[in-house]
Amino acid sequence: MNEFAKHKIKEARILKIEQETPTVKTFELGVSLDAVPGQFVMVWLPRVAEKPFTLIKTGNTIAITVKKRGGFTEKLFQLKEGSYLGIRGPYGKGFTWNGVKKACIVAGGIGTAALLRLVEELAKNKASVDFVADFKTKSEILFKERIEKVANLHIITEDGSFGTKGFCPDFLMGFLKKNEYDKLYCCGPELMMVKVLELCKKFDLKAEFAVERYMKCAVGLCGQCCLDEWLVCRDGPVLSSEQLLKSKEFGKFYYLKSGKKVAIQ
Amino acid sequence: MKEVALCFLNLFIFIFGWVLLPVLETTFCNVSLKNPLILASGILGLNKNNLLRAQRGGAGAVTIKSVSLEERSGHETPNIAFFEAGMLNAFGYCNPGIEEALKEFSDLSCFEVPVIASCTASNASDFAKLVEALDKLDFAAIELPLSCPHTPGHGLLVGQGTPEATKEIVEACRKKTKKPLLVKINASLPGIAEIALAAEKAGANAITCSNTLGPGMVIDINSTKPVLAFKVGGVSGHAIRPIVVRSVYDLYERIKIPIIGLGGISRGEHVIELLMAGASCVGIGTAIALRGHNVFEKCCNEMLGWMKKHGYKSIEELIGLAHE
Repeated sequence: MNEFAKHKIKEARILKIEQETPTVKTFELGVSLDAVPGQFVMVWLPRVAEKPFTLIKTGNTIAITVKKRGGFTEKLFQLKEGSYLGIRGPYGKGFTWNGVKKACIVAGGIGTAALLRLVEELAKNKASVDFVADFKTKSEILFKERIEKVANLHIITEDGSFGTKGFCPDFLMGFLKKNEYDKLYCCGPELMMVKVLELCKKFDLKAEFAVERYMKCAVGLCGQCCLDEWLVCRDGPVLSSEQLLKSKEFGKFYYLKSGKKVAIQ
Repeated sequence: MKEVALCFLNLFIFIFGWVLLPVLETTFCNVSLKNPLILASGILGLNKNNLLRAQRGGAGAVTIKSVSLEERSGHETPNIAFFEAGMLNAFGYCNPGIEEALKEFSDLSCFEVPVIASCTASNASDFAKLVEALDKLDFAAIELPLSCPHTPGHGLLVGQGTPEATKEIVEACRKKTKKPLLVKINASLPGIAEIALAAEKAGANAITCSNTLGPGMVIDINSTKPVLAFKVGGVSGHAIRPIVVRSVYDLYERIKIPIIGLGGISRGEHVIELLMAGASCVGIGTAIALRGHNVFEKCCNEMLGWMKKHGYKSIEELIGLAHE
């Protein structure tokens, strides 16, 4: 009956920090938690802020992978092992992969983190997976060894410093022409996801996308993270291609901290 | 022959049952509602898509998030903190400002239920400007929350929770609109009846009781820090329900205008309790976090079940029943 208590902040001290790339760190946190791949937790840094993060590990301990890009992540990057963090969650709707035998995963940059546990779950179900990952440059490549263990990894770099040079949707086009998939999964910069969604429509391929919006409450109350009729915290962060094809805001608009609607540049 | 008799018996039971079925339709400030459950201001309500969600979830009316003259980013996160019996929030009136709101809500034709506006300001003349602007749109009513416990320059933190301030603000707004004016008060205060009476005398059409209580504070003992970025926030959820029931009960004895009861309501039985205390309508907000966006529909079904079992047929029969 104590439905409120499950949302209370849980202590999640930093057990281990790994520098993944010059701009990305993974933090292993001392808290036990189960979550579906794609779900997220709210991570609280006392007296700083609280932000949503996807999980790259669950179980007796959890792990988040963070790209430095603003005030909160800069503060997070200064923390040491043993530092205090609080979490609540898991929240949201994760990926679904029931009956998927052959999947294509498309990741852009830090979006790879949201897909890491999914590819491992697919592998456990003996699905064959083509994992297309797009990074700026060689030094920013994430989780190469971990993905190669369970999927056919195709790395694209924008500057050509590793793998194929180019832009992920162009590469994906050739891929989709040659292969038939049960489902595609994608997470990355929104404008890239829009291109991937267009390809899914063209090839009549079912897909799921992990999307991002500015988030405050994470429990469906404040309405801040809305994307058309959906709330990313509750109906997402994983939304289906059917949902996003109906969207008027995906790739076009998002909402500022004030709730003001602005165009995506 | 036996079959025909059985058929007639079934028909009789069907018609009799239908006549006896309770209904939730009601009217509030001359506005027809399909049920007395209203989405509280501050919950969803940033835009039409948000409000449509509450409409789909079965709300009888919906309220927009309070708008101010200027765009406001509000407080830093965490904006909410939970405890065993409820939640604290301190969003700090984040909103895109009146200009954006007027654009967003200019066409309300997608709504099947009444949409109530809400606005906030630091003084009576700014309130009047907002009400004048909102009056031009198709809102069914305008709510004045003179009771927010966690935003500097607004509500309780700027002294709006007194009979004098309430009178000044309501009188200034009354001149700008003929729409029903709802005044939202805070049951944390002593002497709420005097505030409600001042609102009534100044021309308010209904009292919304209550805003979130407090402010309160939740400290995370492991980090030794308050959870909310603003440190304090308004308390909602189960914990505040008895205080709201008592406040509505007291107000019902003192004022003539109708009351929207609000605070800690998450089940149909809670709605009925608040109606019996004297509320004509009941607001729901925090319960969405517990029971989803269709909490309105769930509460309606629970109300119908209870009313059927106990032989009540209408909302009006229940209002103020605890006073008899």
